[in-house]
Parts: sequence; C-alpha cells; structure tokens
Amino acid sequence: MAIELLSATEIVCAHCGLPVPEGLVDSTSSLNFCCAGCHTAYGILQSHGLGQYYGFAERRESPVRASGRGYEEFDHPSFAALYVSTAADGLSRTELYLERVHCSSCVWLVERMPLLVPGVARAELDVRRSLAVVEWDLTAVPLSEIARSLDALGYPPHPFRGVARDAMRRKEDRAMLVRIGIAGAIAINVMLATLALYAGEVNGMEAQFTRFFRWVSFAVIVPAFIWPGRVFFTGAWAALRTRSLHMDLPIAIALAAGLIRGAINTITDQGPVYFDGLAVLIFALLVGRFLQQRGQRMAADAAELLHAVAPSSARVLENGARHELPTAALLPGMVLDVRAGESIAADGVVIDGRSAINAALLTGESRPVSVDEGSAVFAGTLNVESPLLVRVSAAGESSRIAKLLRQVEESARRRAPVVQLANRMAGIFVAAVLVAALLVYAITLRIAPEQALDNAIALLIVTCPCALALATPLAITVAVGRAAGRGMLIKGGDALELLAKPGTLVLDKTGTITEGRSALVSWVGPTWVQPLVLSLEDGSSHPLADGFRRAWTGLPRVPVSDVVHTAGGGMVGTADGHVVRVGSPTFVRAGLDQHRDERSSDPILAAKIDAIDRTLTPVYVAVDGVLLAAAGLGDRVREDALQSLDTLRLRGWRTIMLSGDAIDVVASVGASLGFRDDQIIGAASPEDKLAYVERLKRAGTVVMVGDGVNDAAAIAAASVGVGVHGGAEACLATADVYLTRPGLGALVELIDGAERTMRVIRRNIAFSIGYNLIGAGLAAVGMLSPLIAAILMPTSSITVVLGSWYSHTFPRSGRHTSGRTSGHSSVNTTRLERVA
Amino acid sequence: MSVIYLVLPLALVIVGAAVFAFVWSARSGQFDDMDTPAVRMLHDDAPVTPPRPS
Repeated sequence: MAIELLSATEIVCAHCGLPVPEGLVDSTSSLNFCCAGCHTAYGILQSHGLGQYYGFAERRESPVRASGRGYEEFDHPSFAALYVSTAADGLSRTELYLERVHCSSCVWLVERMPLLVPGVARAELDVRRSLAVVEWDLTAVPLSEIARSLDALGYPPHPFRGVARDAMRRKEDRAMLVRIGIAGAIAINVMLATLALYAGEVNGMEAQFTRFFRWVSFAVIVPAFIWPGRVFFTGAWAALRTRSLHMDLPIAIALAAGLIRGAINTITDQGPVYFDGLAVLIFALLVGRFLQQRGQRMAADAAELLHAVAPSSARVLENGARHELPTAALLPGMVLDVRAGESIAADGVVIDGRSAINAALLTGESRPVSVDEGSAVFAGTLNVESPLLVRVSAAGESSRIAKLLRQVEESARRRAPVVQLANRMAGIFVAAVLVAALLVYAITLRIAPEQALDNAIALLIVTCPCALALATPLAITVAVGRAAGRGMLIKGGDALELLAKPGTLVLDKTGTITEGRSALVSWVGPTWVQPLVLSLEDGSSHPLADGFRRAWTGLPRVPVSDVVHTAGGGMVGTADGHVVRVGSPTFVRAGLDQHRDERSSDPILAAKIDAIDRTLTPVYVAVDGVLLAAAGLGDRVREDALQSLDTLRLRGWRTIMLSGDAIDVVASVGASLGFRDDQIIGAASPEDKLAYVERLKRAGTVVMVGDGVNDAAAIAAASVGVGVHGGAEACLATADVYLTRPGLGALVELIDGAERTMRVIRRNIAFSIGYNLIGAGLAAVGMLSPLIAAILMPTSSITVVLGSWYSHTFPRSGRHTSGRTSGHSSVNTTRLERVA
Repeated sequence: MSVIYLVLPLALVIVGAAVFAFVWSARSGQFDDMDTPAVRMLHDDAPVTPPRPS
C-alpha cells in the first residue's frame, strides 16, 4: 500500500522508467530523466525515429550509464588484427561483448544499429551470451563510432576474445546436432520395422515378409553405425590406445557385437536381430552426451569475459598532449590522465592530484580510500572524485589485477578432480559389465553351448547404460533450466551435487551480505538540518551525496547559493540563510568557529559521532560555524540476510564471513547477523581470501559467495563459487552459479533445489540400475527374448525422462516475469526505507 | 500385403528427405541460438538495412 502511494506521486525517467531524483525534476517539461545518460539515449532514439522502443512491455530498468569513453583503441591496427575479420562483400566483422544486455527490447535496439550508424550493415545479438555480431563498412564508419553509439545507449562494448574458439565450438555443436537428428530418425524407423516383426511373431507372418522387415531394419541401421555411431568407436579406440577404461569401450563392444550378431542372424534368417535396441542406444547416448557437454561449455565460456574488467584503453599524457592508447600498449614510466569516474588502467603512483579511489572491486573495501601524491594505485580501481595523473609502474600482465586473474584461471583449472572421479566410476562400471558378460559366456558354454554367445551379447546390450547415461544429465538439465527461470544461473551440474550436502559457506560482505553501495545508515543531530544538507548535496555527483538523496526523497528543498566544492574534503554553501559546511571530519573541523564551539563538546553527541567514525564513513555538518550533526554512510545489510543465514545454519551449514573491509566494520555487521567471533575475518586481501578458501577446502566442501574481482580467485578456488546480483558482471563469470536476484533468499532456494535435484538423480539411477539388473539377470539365464529387451530398454529411458521432467526441483516460473517482479520490489523497498 | 514392398521404400525416401532437411538447417546455423530469434520475431518489421553508403 505504501509502495503504491509513493509511486503514484513519483516522476519516472522517460527512458528507463526509474524514479527521477527530486533535484533533477523539471516541472515545466513533460519528460524527465534520471540522469544525463538516459537523456542522451532518449535523444538518439527519438531523432532516428526509434520511439517504438518505448512501446515494449519489457524495457531496461537501469539508468543508462554511458562510460563516455572515446573507444579510439577500437580503430588501432593491432585491435583489428586481433578481433576483426573480413566478412562477405568486403565488410568487416567483429564480435563484441555488451554489458547490461538483458531483455527483448535490448535485442530490438541493438539490431537497429544500421539505422543509428550509417555504414553498419548488420548487427545481431545473442541475448543469452550478450554477444553482438557487427558487420560494417570500414570505409564508411570506424568501429570506434559504432562502439561510442552502443555506449551512449547504455551497452558499453568490449572486444570478445573467444571468437576463434567460438567458431570451432559452433562447428562441433552443429555436427553433434546432426548426429543426434540422424540417430533419432534411424532409431524411430528401425523401431517401427521391428514392431512389425514382434507383431508378426505374435500373430504369425509369412516368412518372406519377416525376412523383408529384417533386411530393411538391417539396411536402415547400418548408416547409424557409419555416421552418428562412429564417435563411440573412435572414443573406444582412443581409450584402448591410452590404456584407460572409458564408457565408450563397453558401448563400442556391445554395439559391434550386436551388429555383427544381428547381421549374421539376418543373413542366416534365424535368431533375434537386436537392431531396435542398438539404434535407440546410439540415439539416447548421443542425447545424454550433448546435454552434458552444453553444461560444461557454459562454464568454460566464463573465463573469457574476465578480461573485460580492466579498461581496454587509457589516456596517456605525452609531451603535453593527451591521446588514447590500448591498455596492452602501456609501458612503465608513462603518465596516465585519469578523470573522475574512470577506472585506472595500470598499476602506478599518483604524481599529481588528490582524489578518492574506490578499490571495492579489487579489495572489497567499501569505503573509498583517499589518495594524493605518492600513493600507489592499482589497475581496475575507480577514481571517484577528481582528476589524477598517474605514473605507470606495472601494466598489462604484470599488474596486480592481471596476476589475480591468472590465479583465477589456475584455480578454475585445478578443479578437474571431480571430472576424474566421474571417469573412474565409469571405468568400474565398464569392468563389471565386461566381466559379467565373460562369466555368462563361460558358464553357458558348458550348459548350452549354442546359446552362449547370444546370451552374452544380450547381456552386453541390455546393461548398456542407456537410461543410466541419461539419468544425471537429464535431471540436471531440467533443474538448471527451471533454476534459470527463478534467477539462478547454474553453469555446471557438479555444483548442484556439491550444494546438496551441507559444508562450509563463506560469504563476502560488501555487495553480498550488504547492498554494496553507500546508504545513509545513521544520523546524529537535529532534523531541521536535513533539508539544508540535502539541498547542498543535490548539486554533487559524489557517491555519498547519492546516499543522502536516496534516503531523504520526501524532504523539501531550500534555496542554495555560493556553493564551493573542495575535492577530497566536502562542500560549503549558503542554504536558507545559513552557512552550511558538509564533508569529511577534517574539512568541517577546519571551518568551525572556535569561540562558539559549544555543541560539539556535548559528550552525548561526541560519543555518537565517535561510533559513526569507527564503522561508517562519517560526514560532518556544521551550520554557521557550529558542529551540529553527523551522518554515517555505509553499506546497508540486505533485508533477508539474517533470515537466510539462520535457515542455512539450521540445515547444518557452517557460515563464515570473509571480507576485505576494515575489521571494525566487518565485526559490527557480523555480530548483528549472528556470526561467532571466529567466523568473522576482516581486512583480507584477494590473495588472503584465496589462501583461506584453499585451506578450508582440505576439510570439505566450501561454497564461496561473493560479488567482485576481489572474490573471483576465491570463488574459482572454492568447491562451488556463487556470484550474487549486482556484482561486476564480467568477473562473476568464474562463479559456478550466478544469482540474478538480489538478496540471499535466492541462495537458500538454490540449496533447496540442489538437494531435491540430487534426490531425483539418485532415484533415476536406482530405476535404471534396477532395469539393468532385471535385464542382466534374464539375459544371463537366457530368458531375455528380443521382445522383453525391446520393452525394457525404452521403458527405463522413459521412466528416467518422465521422472526428471515432473520432479519438483525448482519451482516452475516464467523466466522474465520473476526477474521483473523481484527487481521492482527491491527498488521500492529500498526507496521506502527511511532513516529515523 | 505385397504393397509393403512399395510403401516401405517410399516411407524411407520421405524419412531421407526429412533427415536431409534437418542436416541442412543444423549446418546453416538455425539451431545455434535458441533464445534470441524467439524474441526477435515479436518485433515489428522495420527497414533494418539502410541504403548502402556510397
């Protein structure tokens, strides 16, 4: 109810539909914009007659945050050599990874690029992978201009490095699909032909027709062996050469034995032909393999996107002139010009300027750190306040972030043991089947020699892991699909397996347990000062000012004049006739009237201000030379954090908070969420986090939940890495699971779903092994007639398929609606929270 | 019943045509991206290709 009241009176941005901050509302205009980025994007769309964009039900719900970069490096010859290829009719072609692509209107807009930028011939967007293929005429328009206009619309582009590998994969995928299609068509037709044979056996059929059907099914199945089925023989041959036991080996033996025996039986016109079973087997195995491979693909995709974290270009100051250079071309000793709001492209030392650096991405520190001449700064960190000149000390591969990313890749590689275990299990199964077949052959040879070979082959075919091969991938595919609809993107099936059993849950603080942005948490002082502060802060682009604006949406504004900003300090101005000084403690104290400093010596106020100083970013307020109030801005804990953590603790998970933030801050948040003292670790560098997670991992499953580059190595090293909503999109790529919903509630749902998925998998395996045992038993005693085998095989597969499909792993829901509603409610709730 | 000698090969020819169609569509990339086209077809037809720059 309160939500409706608020939104009814609210003015929303004409482009993104989010509320417009009161200071930016222009009551004379019917169109209002929440930021300059949205205004620019709106202008571009209108001037090109693309206003239709606003008719889509589903639109972006985030302000356009254009980076405003020049993208000059996109025209560099070395860039072209790396990423640009030549398409048909002399056009150039490249693939770009676009940030913040998420809905159908994004597809529409990006694919209208030819209208927006003359010279672009074609633009196609793959919305699931956020990859756009752009073809353009190099003589008509440079790539940098295309990049700039994508950026202005709110989709900052990055070069996509995996193009070559992608093309190879696409070829592989198509080949696999073709194999599945052919195997499927053959399986169905062989089954139809053999159905006639079974019917004939029951009702009687003339010998000539029986022979005809047997020959037809033989003729139809041979292509299945030559084309789709060949992969099993090549796989088995490779396994033999490397002297390892692989699933392909018994499959190949069973297929070969079945085909040869069936062929002999067809030619001699007696005994069973097995062709239906063989055809279905090939088909089912291929489908299972395809599903499995797709899951593994998504995991591998990820690491590529990591490289998008660091800016791809930098402004270099040389002989008094500034020009943009690709990051790869930076050398130690160069001087970079870094403007406010830009990321730093290389490690270096500040040689001129004073500013604050937000290193949250790298260290997790939620408070911006102030830097001045001589301070060291790192690549990937954000310059918040004012321009800096930085002398490069390490660039490219030797920068700290590059080393961190290398660690991430290494940890991701080291995760191989799970795969190896699966292969070993397969080896055991293979050995068991082969031994059983040999035993059956040896035993029946003594009792009934003429049946020995038939029985052994029947056993081989019937125990072939048809349903077993489908059991796990199917259940996981269904679960992963449903989870995606609920805002949980799961990249690998093994993540579900590991999440199903309680272990240690390590959580990052900034952005994971907390919201990851400055919000007004505490206010000490009289309320009449608030409108003065707000009116003054309205004119500031500082992130802390944003915290005030979000917290005090309902407050009136007062006229402000003579505002002076001091970088790294604060601002002073006249509001409503009072001289108001707002800013850092040192800045405000410097302006206090020494003779009238009575209120600030008030012990109660002083104590409260002290408390703010320790755990939050303090902003002091002095009015007419008297320190009257202080605000504490900090990172607010997510609403559902405590409840979710308690639920998980109840399930047996050990929870640990691992943060790069200052120990005081971490301890105060941790205590309020029920973490024990030994479960709180603060001031951990990304390297510490990695080491800590690796140490924990020796004792069992470790699930790492985080949101930034500083967590990326730990996320990759953990048994299961979980990235949360709102984190750096590109670096969350290393996570096994990415939660697109805000809050920790999704984490609880994920773990619930994982438990249920594992139950489904166990049930599937039990069913298929049950069928296999029955079949093997019948085959061993020679009672497995072809008819029973033909019924057993598909029944077991169908049980598994239905069992997977109708299981309640994750609640079903429409993919888009869930994302939208949760997005809405989160916006509204955060806006409703008021600071008392 | 001897009509089966005619009908069955005919059926196999049709299957062959279907398989060929599938192979062609898979190879021409129609199954590469299963998400975006579903969204794209909802958009109205607007002239996407601009006049080629001279």
